[in-house]
Amino acid sequence: MEWLFLLDKTVIAFVAFAITLLIATYSTYAERKVAAFMQDRVGPDRAGPFGIFQPLADAGKFFFKEEIIPNTSNKFLFIIGPGIAMLTALMTSVVIPWGDTLEINGRMVSLQVSDLNIGVLYVFGVVSLGVYGIMIGGWASNNKFSLLGAVRASSQMISYEISMGLALIALIMMTGSLSLKTIVEQQHSFWNEGWFSWNVFSQPLGFLLFLVCSFAECNRTPFDLAECDAELVGGYHTEYSSMKLGFYMFAEYINMFISGAFMTSLFFGGYNFPFMDDMGLSQNWVTVIGVFVFFLKTFAFIFFFMWVRWTLPRFRYDQLMRLGWQYMIPLSLLNIFITGSVILFIEYIK
Amino acid sequence: MKPLSNRSKVVSDKTLSAKESAYLPAIMHGLGVTLKHFFRRPATTKYPEQQREFSVVYRGRHVLKRDENGAERCTACGLCAVACPAEAITMTSAERKKGEEKLYREEKYATTYEINMLRCIFCGLCEEACPKQAIFLTPETAPASYEREDFFWGKDRLVEGLAPEQRIDVTKRQDR
Repeated sequence: MEWLFLLDKTVIAFVAFAITLLIATYSTYAERKVAAFMQDRVGPDRAGPFGIFQPLADAGKFFFKEEIIPNTSNKFLFIIGPGIAMLTALMTSVVIPWGDTLEINGRMVSLQVSDLNIGVLYVFGVVSLGVYGIMIGGWASNNKFSLLGAVRASSQMISYEISMGLALIALIMMTGSLSLKTIVEQQHSFWNEGWFSWNVFSQPLGFLLFLVCSFAECNRTPFDLAECDAELVGGYHTEYSSMKLGFYMFAEYINMFISGAFMTSLFFGGYNFPFMDDMGLSQNWVTVIGVFVFFLKTFAFIFFFMWVRWTLPRFRYDQLMRLGWQYMIPLSLLNIFITGSVILFIEYIK
Repeated sequence: MKPLSNRSKVVSDKTLSAKESAYLPAIMHGLGVTLKHFFRRPATTKYPEQQREFSVVYRGRHVLKRDENGAERCTACGLCAVACPAEAITMTSAERKKGEEKLYREEKYATTYEINMLRCIFCGLCEEACPKQAIFLTPETAPASYEREDFFWGKDRLVEGLAPEQRIDVTKRQDR
């Protein structure tokens, strides 16, 4: 049975990889369409019906563009930068529970590559490594704009990781587990013991803080200071061209998808949906619907990311830092305090 | 000091109120605005397939009109060339010979008439200067080209065709 288990996991890993890439590809298309609709335009509509082959055309263009490596750059680091960005973006999908268990020929197959008991911590570790891709790329370019962008990106990510972690601590105090699978299972269905079972209803402030931090972690507007075309040309990827630039952009979209999936699992019940036990469906059907529900929620987050991007202007650097250190961190500490008090209070009345 | 105009604004550097510095209400409002636009009909004209109608008084490429009998109206008086601020119009003239009454309306006509479309600023002063109602600007654009020579428009391209379907209707411009 051991090799069957390995086969399952390999298949799930590959499917998750393929889906992640596909979604990231089509996020670029979605981004352009969303941007267009919000500005009363129609967006790309030339490549195929409604322009659905636009991402392929973009990718083709990336591949055939001239590749320029500045001769003053550190060649090895310059090349490895986008690779690191891509690698760390893809690594996080390992612990995301895409769905519940499927029953195939009497075997229970969990739709998760690996149920690490420190899943949340793992994601945090890998996401923190993500800054190296930007940092190394920006530094190795030997360009002042790239370096400034890289410095901004790293200080921003470090600042916001703190409040992100603190926002999660409150959640973990509630769940008592770092395993994403366990956290999702605790949010079963929609209603439980007189209160909504999804964590967003018991941790609204925590969710809000986490959401804002994930914008900062993904380098998305209003926190896209790493790129900020207006002042820094292109930020850390000023010197990049061809598919290396494509890798950086792709990594950004993958990050967006992963953080959407992560927030879905942590706060919005993952693959759980209301009335999942009352519909009289078999376990496999519930799982299949659950997977769709999971992706639906994730897409909603991706749409929200884009929606915000085309609504808000960029923060100034000092505003960003003030928001991070003077508002977010005290608020997340307050959130921990409130959560702890409530937990103690509930235990007390029991 | 007395302000020169009453458009000056008093700049205020008051600190943000608690509600304003919470950002969230303003962000929600902004999200609402963009969502409203998300469902609005796009203002785009899908260009090669759809083309926007030009206004009837649009000042595009020129046309040299013929009269109702098909004779050229231009009498080569040169007023358009004088009026032209960009000095884009040049012409040479000749006297009409016997038997050419069908071709030229007046006793004098333009043997060559050239507009340099690269110099032309499409101001429409030639149209206004013309006493014979011979030259008009049309709601069509001068086509782009890679060759400089293609922009020196002679009579072959300026004079409208004889056939009724080749005539360019400028009556709407004349009414205004």
